[in-house]
Order: sequence, then C-alpha cells, then structure tokens
Amino acid sequence: MTAEIIGAYATALCLFIGAGFALVGVIGLLKFNDPMTRLHAPTKVGTVGIGMLLLASIVHSVLLGETSIHESLIMAFLFVTAPISANFIAKVSIHRKACETPPSPPLDDTWSTLIAPETDQATDGGTQR
Amino acid sequence: MITASGLMDIAIVFAFVALALGQILCMVRVVLGPTTGDRILALDTMVINALGLVVVLGIHQGVQIYFEVSLLIAMLGFVSTVALARFILRGDIIE
Repeated sequence: MTAEIIGAYATALCLFIGAGFALVGVIGLLKFNDPMTRLHAPTKVGTVGIGMLLLASIVHSVLLGETSIHESLIMAFLFVTAPISANFIAKVSIHRKACETPPSPPLDDTWSTLIAPETDQATDGGTQR
Repeated sequence: MITASGLMDIAIVFAFVALALGQILCMVRVVLGPTTGDRILALDTMVINALGLVVVLGIHQGVQIYFEVSLLIAMLGFVSTVALARFILRGDIIE
C-alpha cells in the first residue's frame, strides 16, 4: 500500500518535470532570436524532458506489477542521436550563412561545410560517383 | 490533501496539455522560421514531442504496447532529420 502511494507520487513528479522541461524547450525555440541560440533550447532541454517521461513510464510499469525497462532503450537511443541531429542542424545553419561564418581554417582554404554542392561537383569532375 | 491517484490524473492531464501546446508552438516556428535550419529543428522537436505524447498515452491507458510505437517514432525522426540536413548540405541524400 505504501509502496503504491510512493510509486504514484514518483510517477506524477516525473510526469510534471518531463512535460515542464519539454514545454520550456519549445518556448525557448520560439522566443530566442538567433538560429544558433534557438538550436540549444529543444535539443538539450527537450531530450531531458522526454527522458523524464520515459522514466515515469518505467516507474508506472513497476507500479502496475509488470516491470519493464524497455523504455531505457528509447532513452539511450534518444540521448545518443540528439547531439548528432543537433550537429547536422548547426552545419545547415553554417552552410546557409544563417549565423556568423567561422574563421578560416589554419591549413585548408575553407571549411567543407561552406562548400556549395555545385562547387563540390565541379572540383571533383563527377568522376568519383 | 490530494490523493496519489488524483495527483496522477492531474499530472497526466498536465503532460498532455503541455506537450500539445508544445506541438502548436513548434508549428508556429515551422511557419515563421526565417532560416531552413529553424524549420528542420522545429520538425525534429515536433517528432520528439509526438514521442512524448505516445509515452504519456501509454501511461494513461496502463498498457505496454506503445513501446514499439515510440521506438519506431524515435528512429524515423532521427533518420528524417539527418536526411533533411544532408539534402541541404550536399544537394543529395545518398551520394
């Protein structure tokens, strides 16, 4: 009886924190005024929010008596892929010159992210593919 | 003093409302978004919020069958974000 009450309180707390974090991330996405700043809000905060929701799901399954920790698989997948997709979106912002262009590299002429597709195809002559 | 099950109901309703509000605000950013990166980011956030909605629905109904759904949504969301970003970066998805 007592364990059930504690479990219900823990699930409710995880749900509150998770949904609050997800909402704060989206508000940050809407309110910040620079593409690179906007990138920070949902990719970090939103991931933590969904992690807390999945934790609530785990606690609730323990509470129902049919324990499953499958959700930790989704959590691991999400925590691994969120920085990768954030990196890709940052590369898109740099490529489209939506933010400040980075300084020139010390050895090469330019960053590969800044090279337009046409220029890239012209330099290797299309023989590679 | 609120009972534990009453607090659970309030928490589930709050989570549904917060995630749905997040989806609407993301749609605003998709429409407004001055740059392409913002639109891709907003779509990625919408996929992650949809995953959260499915998880909360599973808690609400007390069933385990939504696990596969959320795993598939997570994988498809990541792949689609990378595909969109690669299309912008390279002009092609698979070179």
